[in-house]
This record gives sequence, C-alpha cells and structure tokens, in this order.
Amino acid sequence: MATSTIESVTAPARRTVAPKTPRRKKSAIRWVGPIAVFFVMIGLWYGLSAIYAAKDQGYFVPYPHQVLQALTDPDTFSDLMDALLHSTEVAMTGLVIAIVLGMLWAIVMSQASWLERSLFPYAVVLQCIPILALVPLIGILFGYNFQARVIVTILISLFPMVSMTLFGLQSVAKQQRELFQLQGASRLTLLRKLQFPAAMPSIFVGLRTSAGLAVVGAIVGDQFFQRGNAGLGVLIQVYASRLMGPQLYSAIIVASLLGVLVFVVFGWLGRLVVGRWYDFS
Amino acid sequence: MSVETPVAPDQLVRDKATLLGFHDVAMTFPNGTVALSGVNLTVGRGEFVSVVGPSGCGKSTLLRIASGLESASDGTLELNTDHIGYVFQDATLLPWRDVQGNVELLAELAGRGPKIRREQAAKAIKLVGLEGFEKHLPKQLSGGMRMRASLARSFTLDPEVFLFDEPFGALDEITRSRLNDELLRLFAEQHFAGLFITHSVAEAVYLSTKVVVMSGRPGKLVGTFDIPFPMPRDPDIRYSPEFAALVGEVSHALKEAHS
Repeated sequence: MATSTIESVTAPARRTVAPKTPRRKKSAIRWVGPIAVFFVMIGLWYGLSAIYAAKDQGYFVPYPHQVLQALTDPDTFSDLMDALLHSTEVAMTGLVIAIVLGMLWAIVMSQASWLERSLFPYAVVLQCIPILALVPLIGILFGYNFQARVIVTILISLFPMVSMTLFGLQSVAKQQRELFQLQGASRLTLLRKLQFPAAMPSIFVGLRTSAGLAVVGAIVGDQFFQRGNAGLGVLIQVYASRLMGPQLYSAIIVASLLGVLVFVVFGWLGRLVVGRWYDFS
Repeated sequence: MSVETPVAPDQLVRDKATLLGFHDVAMTFPNGTVALSGVNLTVGRGEFVSVVGPSGCGKSTLLRIASGLESASDGTLELNTDHIGYVFQDATLLPWRDVQGNVELLAELAGRGPKIRREQAAKAIKLVGLEGFEKHLPKQLSGGMRMRASLARSFTLDPEVFLFDEPFGALDEITRSRLNDELLRLFAEQHFAGLFITHSVAEAVYLSTKVVVMSGRPGKLVGTFDIPFPMPRDPDIRYSPEFAALVGEVSHALKEAHS
C-alpha cells in the first residue's frame, strides 16, 4: 500500500543515522572535565597533607602516595579484601531481603486504596526513624554479628524499594488499564502483564538507591556490631583507634569504591533490562 | 468471549438487525454531573455512525457505556455481539513490547494459544500495512504508525462492533486523512458496525453512513444526517460541492446546538 511505504521509509531511517556523529564528539569532552576535577582534588589533598605534616600531625591527613602504598601493601590489602568480602556479603544479603520485602509491600498497597492508606504511613515512619537510635536494640535482640548487621542494612535500604515500586505500579495510564479491563483481565494478569513491566524503570531507580544505602547499612552495622567476621566498618574503627592514617584512608577508599561499584552495576543492570524501551536520562 | 458487560441481563434486548443500540440512555455521575440524557441511537452491521460534538459533551461516555467500562444510570443498552473493538484516543501500546507483541496482546488476554495469536497478528499487521515493522518498538514508530498498530491489535478479535474514541485527534492533518482512507478501506473489507467519536465534522461526513450531532451537557442527540455517498468511497468526494454542502449543514446544526 502506497501510504505506508512513505511513512515506513522515512521514520526508522531518521533514527539510525542522526545521533551518531555528535555523540562521538561529545564523549571526548565528557571525560576531560571529570579527570581535570580528579587531579585538582588530588592537588588539594597534597596541599592539605603538607599543612598537617608541618604541624606534625601527618597521620590525620597522610599524603595520597602514602595511602596508595598502604593500599598496595600485601598485608593491608588482604585485610581490606577480607573485610570488603564480608561487607559485600552483608550488604547484598540485606539488599536482596529489602528488595523482596519492599516489592511485596508495594504490590499489596497497589491492590486497593484502603490498603495503601493503611500501609503507606508505616513506610514513611520507617524512613523517619533514625536507624542509629534502633541499633543498640537490634544488638540486644539479634546479637552482635551477621544477623544484626543484615537487619540494619534492611532497615536502611527498604524505603526506596517500597516507594519506587509503588510509584511504578501506579504509573500505568488509565487507558492502558481499561484496555486490560475490557478483556476481563484478572488482577494477577494486570499485575504481571501491565503494572509490573511498566514499573520496571522506577523499580530500577529504587534499586540503585537501595543498593547504595545497603552499603551504608553494612558499614554502619559493622561499627556497632563487632562480633563475627569483621567488615570494612570494623576495620575502619580499628585503624582509626590506632591512628593508622594511611590504612584508615585506604579502607575508606575501598568502602567508597564498593558504593560506587554497586551504584554503577545496578544502573547498568537497569539499562540492560529496560533500556531497550525506556530512556533513564 | 471475554468482553464483560456489566449490564443487567434484563437490560439486554435481542435484535437481529441492530448490533448496538442505545434506548433512552442517560448517564448521571455520582457527583451529580449529567453527561447524557435520553440518547436513542442504533448501529447495525454495515453502518458507520459518527458522533460529533464539542469536548466534554459526553461523546466518550457513549462508548464507555457501549463497551461496558461504565454502566448507564438509566435506559437500555442493546448489544448483539460480544466481539467489540475499542480504539482509544491514544494508541495505548505497551512500550516494552514490539509491534508483534502489542498486536498479539488482546488475543493473549483472551487466552488464545501462541500459534493462533501469531497468525492473527500477522494477518492484522498486514491489514493495516505494518509489515516489516513487527520487531519495532512503539518509540521507533511515528504517531500514525502507532495508531495503525493499535487498530491491528483490535482487529485480532474480529470485532463486529468497532468503537472509536477520537482515534486520530492527536495526529497531523496529512496522517489523519491517510488513516481516514485506510479506515474506509478496512470498513469496506471487514463489514463491522462502527461508532466513531470525533470533533471534526469533515472527518465525520467523510467516514460515515450516518452522522449524529450531540449537544453540550447534558449530551443529547440533536440532529441526524444520512450521508448518501456510496461506500467504497472516493477520496476526491471531499472536494465536491455536495460534500461541502453536507459539512456545512452538519456544522450549522452543531453551532445551533451550542449557541
């Protein structure tokens, strides 16, 4: 048919050709800025270290190369990697439980407005509780090792999963819902084929936030519950109390890298799963 | 069939000639807004009826009642088929499914097997001229092509009554008139009964065998115009003086209803 061929030739072709050249040019510029900022920060760090060194308090702000030395020292490195492993274990266990709990909580709330009205306030309350205030109680109730750390992690990382899943499930357009309704689709079908896929982009936004918070939770948990396998938080406290400046900084860097890694991995995972049809930017 | 009609059984009147009929249908919403009052309208096989009226006059409510999305607060809905197609104002495609997946959706919800679904979808995609775009996602399609996919999706259920809720309202003029031609061709081939909502008088006259004019709230049918042009319709008819005269008459009735 003549009419569709005109549309068909122009529409997809435009898409594949247009964005290529400008994107390539931009990528070079995109990297220059962050790298420049990185070197400026390292420079400032050296300056600050020099000031502290002059005051004979070098262990407060060791030079970057000293930190690098500590980081690559085989003993410290193997301590750091052990601690990293244990913290990652706590963070991921807590995160998985928070994901399951958070999504279930949101799915239940999405089923009826009275359920949402009954349950959502408690999600907000959970978010408002200063978790640190609960930490001693968690220690008493659940002991001072793995289990307690995981619970702190869950409490810290749960809210974004609840709110972003709920937001996603409710983001479905009225007409799309009616399309399913016209076919007499059940709640389960509606959830499985419409609401849940539609919620995926916001679930991944929540997931990325929760994953970052799970790392925070694991390290906070460490600092209060020091029994069992020591994580990065324990190591940080040990180094701090012994005034082991370079080691302390390298532990902080490893903890930060874990946070960044988790953020990047979950962002990438989100683009992998829904990037085909959803544009996160 | 899976189309649910929340109309009480005693409200259903069986009639062979008419596929869809409104008898003294009124609609008052719980907040007291009277959207429709005393609407009488029948659509039979081979009829294409357009309802024209300004925004917010209750035109869409007619379709929502016909499809069972709402039930009338008064009057009788006559529905002699459960094969109903509903085309929304937006294409309402699922953005994560490609054209093929979207066109298969309704058959899938109706519980049909994957093989039948694929065949039906292939047929419908061909019908609307989207062959070669099966693997494209909605975001890769133009507005007109999305609407074609939406039409194809409805065709998989072999509708006998086709409800259109201003489906081309958001499209540009050229795409719109192209899709009007397509719809006329499909109507000639598929023999459904059409109920089409629009606020373009020219579109209504061009597509329909009958045009009804609706007044503002509460929505009432205030004029009926039979369109005499023969049905495999010549696109050039739009530039004839007879066509212009009819459009003028309908527009005049529309203006009178709202002055």
